[in-house]
Amino acid sequence: MAFLELDRVGKQFGSQTVVEDFSLAVERGEFISFLGPSGCGKTTTLQMIAGFLEPSRGAIRLDGRDLTKVHPAKRGLGIVFQSYALFPHMTAAENVAFGLEMRGVKREDRAKRVSAALVMVGLAGFEERYPRRMSGGQQQRVALARALVIQPSVLLLDEPLSNLDAKLREDMQIELRQIQRTIGTTTILVTHDQNEAMSLSDRIVVMSQGKIEQIGTPQQTYERPASAFVSQFLGKTNDFAATIDRTAQPARLVAGSWHAPAPAGVSGAVTISLRPERISFADAGLAAKIITRIFQGNHWLFQCETECGPAIVIRQNDGTPQPTEGEAVRLAWRVEDMSLRTSGGAA
Amino acid sequence: MTAATDASTQAASSETRAPWALTLPALMLFVGVLVIPLLMTVMLSFHDWGQYKGIEPVFILKNWQEIASDPYYAEMFWRTFRIALLATLITAVLGAPEAYILNRMSGRWKGIFLLLILGPLLISVVARTLGWALLFGGNNGLVNKLLMSLGLIRAPLPFMFTETGMVVALAHVMMPFMVLSVWAALQRVDPQIENAAMSLGAGAFTIIRRIILPQIIPGVLSGAIIVFSLSASAFATPAIIGGRRLKVAATLAYDEFLNTLNWPLGAAVAVLLLLALVLIVVGSNALIERRYAEVFR
Ligand SMILES: Nc1ncnc2c1ncn2[C@@H]1O[C@H](COP(=O)(O)OP(=O)(O)O)[C@@H](O)[C@H]1O
Ligand SMILES: [Mg+2]
Repeated sequence: MAFLELDRVGKQFGSQTVVEDFSLAVERGEFISFLGPSGCGKTTTLQMIAGFLEPSRGAIRLDGRDLTKVHPAKRGLGIVFQSYALFPHMTAAENVAFGLEMRGVKREDRAKRVSAALVMVGLAGFEERYPRRMSGGQQQRVALARALVIQPSVLLLDEPLSNLDAKLREDMQIELRQIQRTIGTTTILVTHDQNEAMSLSDRIVVMSQGKIEQIGTPQQTYERPASAFVSQFLGKTNDFAATIDRTAQPARLVAGSWHAPAPAGVSGAVTISLRPERISFADAGLAAKIITRIFQGNHWLFQCETECGPAIVIRQNDGTPQPTEGEAVRLAWRVEDMSLRTSGGAA
Repeated sequence: MTAATDASTQAASSETRAPWALTLPALMLFVGVLVIPLLMTVMLSFHDWGQYKGIEPVFILKNWQEIASDPYYAEMFWRTFRIALLATLITAVLGAPEAYILNRMSGRWKGIFLLLILGPLLISVVARTLGWALLFGGNNGLVNKLLMSLGLIRAPLPFMFTETGMVVALAHVMMPFMVLSVWAALQRVDPQIENAAMSLGAGAFTIIRRIILPQIIPGVLSGAIIVFSLSASAFATPAIIGGRRLKVAATLAYDEFLNTLNWPLGAAVAVLLLLALVLIVVGSNALIERRYAEVFR
């Protein structure tokens, strides 16, 4: 049985359904991300696990035990809030010690564990600082230490890095992943940043409007998006309208001047979904014209106008000469790199 | 070289002059309506006064000596500050929880109750205090009548002309200031902080005592300073409840000015009240700032 289980959990505020039919099984030690746009119900789901909100429907189980009957103070979960919610009238050490104090840990033992936690998050020597006198990144670390020092069964992080600047955020991502790997705490991270979700998690739960769109590893969700929403949300994607031509022998999948053998079981109008880095310039294929060419160091970014609408192409900067702006090119890709959806339907 | 230096010093001096010039109108108003009358009152307190000769503009310490030697004044000042202190304590003990509960209410109720709390500020202090007099004023007070007809009490509850009455009425009148001050402090508290404490294993009582209370103490203290200074210098409420029998500093100064016509003595009482209040307020403010500077700057 899974360590943490959400079984068809739903949440309603008045007549508004905010989370619907949310089922998820988290294994011990796993790092899970809830990824979705703002307002899709990520925080609500996290708060139901934490116990600050009561689910309208469904069950939440931790280690086989029904969590919904347990008071939040007794759940033993570690939570890092988006605003950090540090206690401003306590020093960093007092903040971290608070949870241990509530658990009746003895003074000497407490001091030892507090300084160990502060060392772990790289804040040795900051014990006597008040939160107001710390930078955003430092406050973030105190919040993390405060949540981890109680050795929580699950660590819940609500957009913990969104208040940090880009450089610091990257550093903290790496650090967070390392800490999680070292101590092995089961972790759920809420984020709207797909890069963050992909670089940190074992599995990603992509959410939209209160529903789960897809659960999968970062590679699965990126390369095999289950819906148009997932492919759009997880990085840049190209959508080409295509048709199945049954008059040809054998039947062909056709997008402009590009064609391939038609896959079985599909007919009529379809949409080809394709990541920009999987498209190459070739002698035959979809006719296109380069509109702009942007150099981005390790790769080139091309914006093209094709027979089937605008497209983005990314090519590695491997030293080979690249087409210039205004040049007419042909775009080609391998059949296994694209995913097909029947047009009209979302999936 | 010298020309350049000149120009720069000139620029610098005009730079320092501009703020002064801009504050001049306000400064003049301040001096005109506050500093000058205040200085004149201080001067007045050193003048002489006699039943038949009126005010004599001389410099003597007679009034101050009288205040220092006659125990009547010491008792009156002690009463003034005792009443103010008790009223402050009551507003703090009732107002802080009131603000906390108000802050936790949901949208619509919050609006209604905030209006209920602030509404009295729109009504004259005199009207609000007279309300108390109508309820408890002697044999004809509504509450007294009711309780007596029910046989719960024999004689009317002593309220008018008592210190208890003054304290209760003042606490009622000053309550909005305390609630507003604590409310302002609560607005700065992170809305997730109680959840954070709860997730760490703290119960409801611990959260209030260890997390919320320390964060609103500065609000309670600044509210207390406002309520204390307003109560100690209050006139209308003590005048209505205490009347002629139970005087506080403000009503005494008023009587000296308008009834006895001993302006110099009234001035001395007023100046002493002002000095005592300034000392208490500035002193406690400094203490609060020093105590909480580290945490709340
Ligand atoms: N207490 C509440 N009452 C009513 N609606 C709420 C409440 N909390 C959240 N919502 C609504 O639920 C939706 C999801 O919110 P939330 O879970 O915070 O989204 P996310 O964290 O993904 O940005 C939003 O539309 C929000 O307006
Ligand atoms: Mg959120």
